[in-house]
Amino acid sequence: MNTINNSRRQFIKNAGALAIGSTLPISLVELAFADSSENFTFAYISDSHIQQIKGNRFVRNWDRGLIRAVAETNLLTPKPDFVIFGGDLAQLGSKPELDHGAEMLSALQGKVHHVMGEHDYYLDLGEYWEKLFGPQFYSFDHKGVHFIVLNSIRTYDDWTYKRWPTNEQRMLEMAGLDNPNGSPFMVGEQQRQWLLTDLAKVNKNTPVVVFSHSPLQKIYKGWNFWTEDADQIQALLKPFKKVSVIYGHVHQIQYNQIGNISFNSVMATAWPWPYPQSYAQAEQYLPKLTVPMNRADPFFERDATGWQFINVANGNVDLQYTLYNNTSRLVHFNPKTKRPEDAAYQPENARILPQSHF
Amino acid sequence: MFAYQKKSIVLVLRIAALAAASSASADEFSDADLQRWQQQFMSTVTQGRGLWTSPTLGTNGVACAQCHPNAANTHPETYPKFQKQIGKVIALWEMINWCLRNPLEGQPLAADDSKMIALQAYVTYERRGVKLEPGKH
Repeated sequence: MNTINNSRRQFIKNAGALAIGSTLPISLVELAFADSSENFTFAYISDSHIQQIKGNRFVRNWDRGLIRAVAETNLLTPKPDFVIFGGDLAQLGSKPELDHGAEMLSALQGKVHHVMGEHDYYLDLGEYWEKLFGPQFYSFDHKGVHFIVLNSIRTYDDWTYKRWPTNEQRMLEMAGLDNPNGSPFMVGEQQRQWLLTDLAKVNKNTPVVVFSHSPLQKIYKGWNFWTEDADQIQALLKPFKKVSVIYGHVHQIQYNQIGNISFNSVMATAWPWPYPQSYAQAEQYLPKLTVPMNRADPFFERDATGWQFINVANGNVDLQYTLYNNTSRLVHFNPKTKRPEDAAYQPENARILPQSHF
Repeated sequence: MFAYQKKSIVLVLRIAALAAASSASADEFSDADLQRWQQQFMSTVTQGRGLWTSPTLGTNGVACAQCHPNAANTHPETYPKFQKQIGKVIALWEMINWCLRNPLEGQPLAADDSKMIALQAYVTYERRGVKLEPGKH
């Protein structure tokens, strides 16, 4: 009995140290308002890529990333108002992968809103995912902010319905990030019409936050750091005073400002991706504003992965990225320059050597 | 036809090819030669790309391309270099073996294994045009 009690006490002690220490790998988003009592936070976990080996065996590395993110999200004080899961819960969209991922996520305290990723979608076009998590696109209001969730990883009907002999092959073709047989992501006509109707009910001064899996901006087509109809979505969001788009898929920190729209990406819990600029054959458009993450050290299994804590302030979002094996990053909206900026590394002379990618 | 006979025919053809080659001047080659050599290289690159994206290179279904799309972030132009995590100067193939053992939970390959050659051909091909910077971290 004593042994059990001691180990339990030790865990609580460690958990306490984590919660107050600077090492807590959290990315928190806070939306702040003129009246600071209206500020609130939510947490964002994304891209866990739960991968089945066979039967009840799953890739340990990816499991550990999600388990850790869930455990640490539950340690947040004060508690976030809700949690977003940003898509790619599974690697190949199978029931065992989605079930295993859903079981790990079930430990989260509080409401979880889900975003569809291509790894969840292209086996059965989201049929089983919908049973577990609900509709593929929807909106909700929270403390004066209008939140929109889009399925941004659809593509041309010809590719989805006519190209592949089996659903399994369709999934495999889209799962390869650099696969030339893939197809560009898009929101599509149906959801754009829905978005138009949804936004018509929203006051232009209401802050709008959009969650999508792929960036609703064009960065690098070869890896689908890209949404084909991004320009059309941006045009629909243009009349609103404050708009934030938060996306997953890219497994790295990116941020940008286009007109009234702030863009922020979130990290993966599974593994980090290279910045497109490190592919020598690529023409890419990483926003100049983005100060990259450190180049990942593969010998630290969780390096350059983590999750985010988001502060919603004055209707803009501040993202705190707490990395498992590295210094935390804070990307906050600067009301003077009207764009997201890194709190520590934004000036050219503040950057550090590990942030150079080649 | 017996397998033995097949083999001897192939052998005769090879000797004929050798004879033809030895009759040419050592330092002369044609466009056709260049094309043939390039095809040989590119078929090895293609084999390497197949291995790079294969879920069966290791034991857990994880493929190299999952973390390194288009072999990005592998920096073949910087090897051999002091690999800080290993504490000595190593060649690219040793780092590939580290990945085979760890994220792929598989077995390492010999330095001259044809699969190892193909993997390096692919990685280097994706990095073509980048200047050599041995030792760079």
